[in-house]
Amino acid sequence: MKKGTLKQILLITDGCSNKGEDPSAVAALAAQQGITVNVIGVLEDEQTEDPTGLQEVEEIAMSGGGVSQIVYKQALSQTVQTVTKQAMTQTLQGVVNQELKQILGPKQDLEELPPEQRGEVMEVVEDLGETSDLEVLVLVDTSASMHNKLPTVQESLIDLSVSMNARIGRNRFSIFSFPGKRKDIDKIFDWSPKLDSISSVFPKLTSGGITPTGPALKAAMYQFGKKSLKRSFLRKDETSIEETGD
Amino acid sequence: MRQASKKQGINLRPGNVISGKWHHRKYVIKKQLGSGAIGSVYLCEHNGKYAALKISDKSSSITMEVNVLKTFQKVQGNRLGPSLLDVDDWVDFQGNRWSFYVMEYLKGSSLADFLQRHGDEWLGILMLQILDDLESLHQTGWVFGDLKSDNLIVTHPPARLRWIDVGGTTQIGRSIKEYTEFFDRGYWQMGSRKAEPSYDLFALAMVMIQYYYPNRFERGNSPERTLMNKVKQIPQLQKYQPTLRKALTGQYSSSEQMKNELATILMGPTTKQTQYRRPTKTTTAKPKTQYQARNDDGQGHPILESVGICIVVLFFYFCYLFLL
Repeated sequence: MKKGTLKQILLITDGCSNKGEDPSAVAALAAQQGITVNVIGVLEDEQTEDPTGLQEVEEIAMSGGGVSQIVYKQALSQTVQTVTKQAMTQTLQGVVNQELKQILGPKQDLEELPPEQRGEVMEVVEDLGETSDLEVLVLVDTSASMHNKLPTVQESLIDLSVSMNARIGRNRFSIFSFPGKRKDIDKIFDWSPKLDSISSVFPKLTSGGITPTGPALKAAMYQFGKKSLKRSFLRKDETSIEETGD
Repeated sequence: MRQASKKQGINLRPGNVISGKWHHRKYVIKKQLGSGAIGSVYLCEHNGKYAALKISDKSSSITMEVNVLKTFQKVQGNRLGPSLLDVDDWVDFQGNRWSFYVMEYLKGSSLADFLQRHGDEWLGILMLQILDDLESLHQTGWVFGDLKSDNLIVTHPPARLRWIDVGGTTQIGRSIKEYTEFFDRGYWQMGSRKAEPSYDLFALAMVMIQYYYPNRFERGNSPERTLMNKVKQIPQLQKYQPTLRKALTGQYSSSEQMKNELATILMGPTTKQTQYRRPTKTTTAKPKTQYQARNDDGQGHPILESVGICIVVLFFYFCYLFLL
């Protein structure tokens, strides 16, 4: 099987969207384009587990073919990396299922196979997850209420890079924030194989009370199509492999 | 973790019967043994024998764990994990599909319970045992990954430390599948999350440290220094210090090296700390209070002690002078 590049948007937010198009619809569109949308909802310390504002989180991830999780900020690091990994497995499993259907007929998917054969298929999925290239665009809500959570977000993104760079496959990360100053999103950190140099990117950001999640997701989608990214990926970038090895 | 599916976590009651869709075996649920990110583990009965049954709606995760257990079974002696008895699916009354596997039931106590009941001096010995197992595991090309106190159990007698959850077991050279922050060297900024023997040895050192810090601790601004300080503060860890330091800083490339050095320490001359002391029978006390007690009685007050000795010596000296 040809090893493709997995594309993911990781949306980190603490509230409900209140401006522009429906984020779930945009997420469905992204999924159509082969981009998985994962969402992490961050709770205030005193908030209870299921606040109404964050119900949207699950819906967006579901239509975006991704994984969602609502957490307190202390658990963010571990969540960011499990969500990313789970979404990878989920996507790859979807691809494998598609192949199985083509070979064995429309009713056949992984869960319909007896456990013995399922094991063999899962080994393939696992291999793919380890070796395929991954692009993650992190989209961070930087509205006022997120301000005190940003240091934790930053820490957990560095942690994500540590986890992902232990894989054999290559990685690219970029970070965008929304709402942007003039546009829907602002670029904070350009596509790069590692996230270790982001120590000073967040503090300067704060904005008013609007949360245009839909438009931000849409703008984020286009960041994958950029030629610059494709070129940098096609280039035989030996150094970046070296870097990921440590 | 909420995957894009609607099923709620499973909640089985004693007496529920799980019957396999493929192999048609029936298991009667006795009680829950534990639950985690991926599924729950139950004690069950099949043909009059007890076994442990792990069940989850995440078929892929269950399948991956089964793959690991199967690899272990091919290894000589099969002592690397609980042996696998059955793998199957179960469709409940509402038509939901669950995946499960059945493994050997290991009855034992947690590491902390065991050490509290039998004494600290067992810690080093149990570590030697697990280092033996890790050595064989690493030789077959795997790393345990999620090595932590919760994933270890002491079967007794004879006392033997064994691991019970293979969810994090990863092939050498890949990225660690599952880990727990406190035991993860990536979290402590002291190494990568690549599966290599030294990853497990770091986690094992943390298991030893965590016994004396049941509530764990924060990493602080300089994680490495925090760790080393915490090790220094526990008198019972004093003799293990060189080994712990090496394991934490990734200086052992194989379990064998660590095992040999640990064995040398254990075989060495008995110091004050290693002397056999029957632990007080306070098995009901909670770990939290236990820790404080342990810390106090071990440390004492060295300054007061030496001042006391001086006074006694001076007293005898004066007696001697006056008697002359």
